[in-house]
Amino acid sequence: MSKMNREELEKIKQRFKSLVTVREGTARVTVIVHMGPCGIAAGARPVLKVFIKELEARDASDVIVTISDCAGRCSQEPVVTIHCGAEQPVVYGKVSEETAKEIFSQHVMGGKVLEHYRAEEGAER
Amino acid sequence: MLVCAGTGCVASKSLAVKKALEEELVKRNLEDEVLVVATGCNGFCAAGPVMVVYPEGIFYQRLKPEDMAQLVEEHLLQGRPVERLMFTDPAKKKTIPRMHDISFFGLQELRALRNRGIIDAEKIDDYIARNGYFAVARALMEMSAEQIISEIKESGLRGRGGAGFSTGMKWEFAAKARGDIKYALCNGDEGDPGAFMDRSILEADPHVVLEGMTIAAKAIGAHEGYIYVRAEYPLAVSRLRIAINQAREYGLLGKNILGSGFDFDVEIYQGAGAFVCGEETALMTSIEGKRGMPRPRPPFPAYQGLWKKPTILNNVETYANVPPIILNSAQWFNRLGTEGSKGTKVFAVTGAINNIGLVEVPMGTPLRTIIYDIGGGIPNRRKLKAVQLGGPSGGCVPESLVDTPVDFESITKTGAIMGSGGMVVIDETSCMVNLAKFFLEFTQDESCGKCTPCRIGTKVMLDILENICAGKGAEGDVETLEDLSVTIKNASLCGLGQTAPNPVLTTIRYFRDEYDAHIKDKICPAVSCTDLIKFEVVSDLCKKCGKCAKACPVLAITWEKGNVACIDKAICTKCKTCIATCPFRAIA
Repeated sequence: MSKMNREELEKIKQRFKSLVTVREGTARVTVIVHMGPCGIAAGARPVLKVFIKELEARDASDVIVTISDCAGRCSQEPVVTIHCGAEQPVVYGKVSEETAKEIFSQHVMGGKVLEHYRAEEGAER
Repeated sequence: MLVCAGTGCVASKSLAVKKALEEELVKRNLEDEVLVVATGCNGFCAAGPVMVVYPEGIFYQRLKPEDMAQLVEEHLLQGRPVERLMFTDPAKKKTIPRMHDISFFGLQELRALRNRGIIDAEKIDDYIARNGYFAVARALMEMSAEQIISEIKESGLRGRGGAGFSTGMKWEFAAKARGDIKYALCNGDEGDPGAFMDRSILEADPHVVLEGMTIAAKAIGAHEGYIYVRAEYPLAVSRLRIAINQAREYGLLGKNILGSGFDFDVEIYQGAGAFVCGEETALMTSIEGKRGMPRPRPPFPAYQGLWKKPTILNNVETYANVPPIILNSAQWFNRLGTEGSKGTKVFAVTGAINNIGLVEVPMGTPLRTIIYDIGGGIPNRRKLKAVQLGGPSGGCVPESLVDTPVDFESITKTGAIMGSGGMVVIDETSCMVNLAKFFLEFTQDESCGKCTPCRIGTKVMLDILENICAGKGAEGDVETLEDLSVTIKNASLCGLGQTAPNPVLTTIRYFRDEYDAHIKDKICPAVSCTDLIKFEVVSDLCKKCGKCAKACPVLAITWEKGNVACIDKAICTKCKTCIATCPFRAIA
């Protein structure tokens, strides 16, 4: 009796794939949570945690969640930028924990841009 | 966050950095969001300890435990990578944050090292996630032994241990040899001074070697294998041991692998570190429990190897190249490389070069690219003099041939050999006669003593070289050296003796003027052989900076501002500190 067959090997690969995808630097979608002091003060950290939780729950190995510094739109914080392949990056403003969930399921997984959450073009531009 | 835990970085205290980082993460309640992984050698050993932070791929170098607080605060909490700890391009004086933008990494082509710095070497799941063991699955369930051999033959893979024999042909001989018991062995007895390719693969990605061996075993019909590693590589041995146990637990080694009905298991055999045991017949004699000495061939190991059974022996790097060939096809493999040398080669680049470390480049890459673009050139504004390839069995390629493409044929033409991948960069301050002497000391010491030309011949050659360096050389010495070299090469039993004269022959070929200067003029042009240095300041070259006077440990140098320094030979102990210190090479 063998201990493992090819299907079980495939299962292990899928289970651990997301952990190494990040290190390879290849991903379908990159989610950037802007974490300047303004973003952190406005609640970017819980938003980041929502994205990480969603990522793990859905086992989305082709998505990277990362952080960056202030995006220069401090009045709109927390700000999140979504990079989707060669498409123009989409910037969302005033992201809450609830909208983060929605952004993940609709935009990141479904590819649908949520126009009503887009960051307003503020005076600091 | 991937902290390098290869031997080089561990030596520069990367484990203390990792501990400090983990403590800092706990302090900041980040331990659930951030994963710290200890990887195998990242390759950029000169800058150790190194760390790469993903997903951005920011490369940090020369880390200290006390840097971790700032790194966590700035990079992880504020999203501002710490510029102070990044790599600075020595030529442009600009910091480069991303690892892939640093030319040391960007110009490399990672195949044998594809998992370095990405997986945790002690976790089999990491390896499986990177397609690990899928080549074994394919080879055992979908391919016949003949198909495996023809795929490897078609790929053009040649042994990475030095001789460059076709791997597919080697396997074919052993497959056709008659015998109920056969062995698949792995040669990890890396002994060239300055070489650490195999050690790094074993430390960073031990499973790839096990996978390559299992495929080879299926190809020749072996069910047992040994990995011969020197006991001087404790980290490699311990990671291999962990890997073997994990593979056995998963049923990837042992009976009925993946339900294919094929059995194969591996044991580690630790060698005591004798250079000659890298020679195949000596290695097998050593595993048999006898003194490691070579024996005449034929019979070749493919017919009568370990315990007189058909045996194949491949180098660590060769095995690391096997799984990707099986997964991606022979055509994928031979897309890179030159006519006779396919794929990539790993080099341990060391010596007088800025970016000391481990590099993997396509075969046929010019030496110049490796030294200047990847290696970052020669430090201290000095000039390149030669590149030593192939260790004690190899030779020197002079600066004038720095555009030579690195492949088996082109390197052999220069008189050096590709070897296993040791690459020592030599600048103008090294004496080539002294260098030849160093390698002869090594081979003379490591000669097993079985055959006379090697045992006595290398000793006589070494005596002559010592005389030349001491200023006691006589006319005709060079001719005697050449004469002895021919005899030793022709009459020695194994590769050690057959190649031992190479460093002497290539230095005579390209640097005959240095030999003549030592013998006739009693001068060492590189100002390196102590007995031939006058320890005088050349007033034309002296810029009157006084650095030598400040550096002299016995206060033998007098200097006043605006004056040429002067060495008092009665006090001077010939320690050469002044020569190493002088930026203008004004002491002769």
